[in-house]
Amino acid sequence: MAVEMLSYIERKSPVHELTGVTKLLCFIIWSTAAMLTYDTRILLFLFILSIVIFIVSKIKVKEISFILIFILIFLLLNNIAIYLFSPQEGVKIYGTSHILFEIVGRYNVTIEQIFYQLNITLKYFTVTPVALLFIVTTHPSEFAASLNKIGVSYRISYAVALALRYIPDVQRDFRNIALAQQARGVDLSSKEKLSKRIKNAASIMIPLILSSLDKIETISNAMELRGFGKNKERTWYSARLFQSKDYIILAVFVLMLVGTLVITFHDGNRFYNPFL
Amino acid sequence: MFKKQLSIKNIVAIGIGAAVFIILAKFVSLPSPVPNTSIQTSYAFLALMAVVFGPIAGALIGLIGHALNDAISYGSVWWSWVVVSLFVGFIIGLVAKRIDIESGVFNKSKLITFNVVQIIAQAIGWFLIAPVLDILVYAEPANKVFVQGLFAGVSNMVTVGVIGSILLFAYSKTRTQSNSLHREL
Repeated sequence: MAVEMLSYIERKSPVHELTGVTKLLCFIIWSTAAMLTYDTRILLFLFILSIVIFIVSKIKVKEISFILIFILIFLLLNNIAIYLFSPQEGVKIYGTSHILFEIVGRYNVTIEQIFYQLNITLKYFTVTPVALLFIVTTHPSEFAASLNKIGVSYRISYAVALALRYIPDVQRDFRNIALAQQARGVDLSSKEKLSKRIKNAASIMIPLILSSLDKIETISNAMELRGFGKNKERTWYSARLFQSKDYIILAVFVLMLVGTLVITFHDGNRFYNPFL
Repeated sequence: MFKKQLSIKNIVAIGIGAAVFIILAKFVSLPSPVPNTSIQTSYAFLALMAVVFGPIAGALIGLIGHALNDAISYGSVWWSWVVVSLFVGFIIGLVAKRIDIESGVFNKSKLITFNVVQIIAQAIGWFLIAPVLDILVYAEPANKVFVQGLFAGVSNMVTVGVIGSILLFAYSKTRTQSNSLHREL
């Protein structure tokens, strides 16, 4: 039942030393850039840059390989699905059709389709390393402080902090309940009939939910007693001050975003078309 | 108005709710008769929380729960679908007052209200918002994302309809009804 999750990895590296705010903003800028562009040259450049950042962060590939394998499988399935549903998407986007060979009916292999799917895959490869890095190099409580710093209301930031803090607790509760119910013969696997399975799921969910509601009661009373929410602002124990390198990195990222947008949209098309 | 509505209890409910949402999404998915797909029980829980704590809490549990779950289990957040969770939580939360689960009564008319609203909310969310955002943001082929949306939508409607209703009923049983006291003679 042990499912691995991504979590903070403590290490001494230039990426870890940046403040959470800087990393959060850079992550947002990076995702925006990669989301908006379909220009292959930019995607390639961003991809190489993300690998460089990854090496600088001193995080080992081994430490996150379980997620990487998962993402690769997902990408493979996604690519197959795209081809099955729309083998002519590339031709539609790039306007030309260089057929390599025919399979059957509308299913043929064109250079355009291969190029289009390559771009989609590249897009994921560009976003993933940075997103993974953001998660494993930012401490959860600093993350909540950063959310507040960039303008999210501190109440909502605190809710995020609570969620991150209580995931392990809820997981432990869940495991206890599930084991107790299984000892009584409650089965969720496909050996049981579907209608029975749904009822069994409810018999695990209800104790979990009721105990969580109790938890909500206790925590909100504790917070109320300590005067949470009395003031308009709140300070964060784990917030750190900006240093000069934070400003430099942020400036570089903003310039990169502007550059990306200019190169992508100067000819009025998100796609880079090598076939013209 | 927004600040007023977000009481301490709602903040905590959002935090704990998001944590439970993540655990349910990761561990409690039932194998379904259709191969390679599973029934996600987390949306039934989202519906319950939206009915108990209202639209803002529902929307934020959907947003934070879904986004964090994507981040820690897949490494990247699929924003177009996260928006749908936010939307579904919000719309179901809108009938919180009408259902008034704290009264301890969850009768047939409330059951129907709940299911009509959840089906409308999820239909708009999965059949319209998710595919359209997928096309706009990720430029995926239209027919692929509509089939995906249709599939996710129908299975989530059934899950929320069945398990969500069971959960609401069980929750209402734990509340004390207003005229539950009897004078002993």
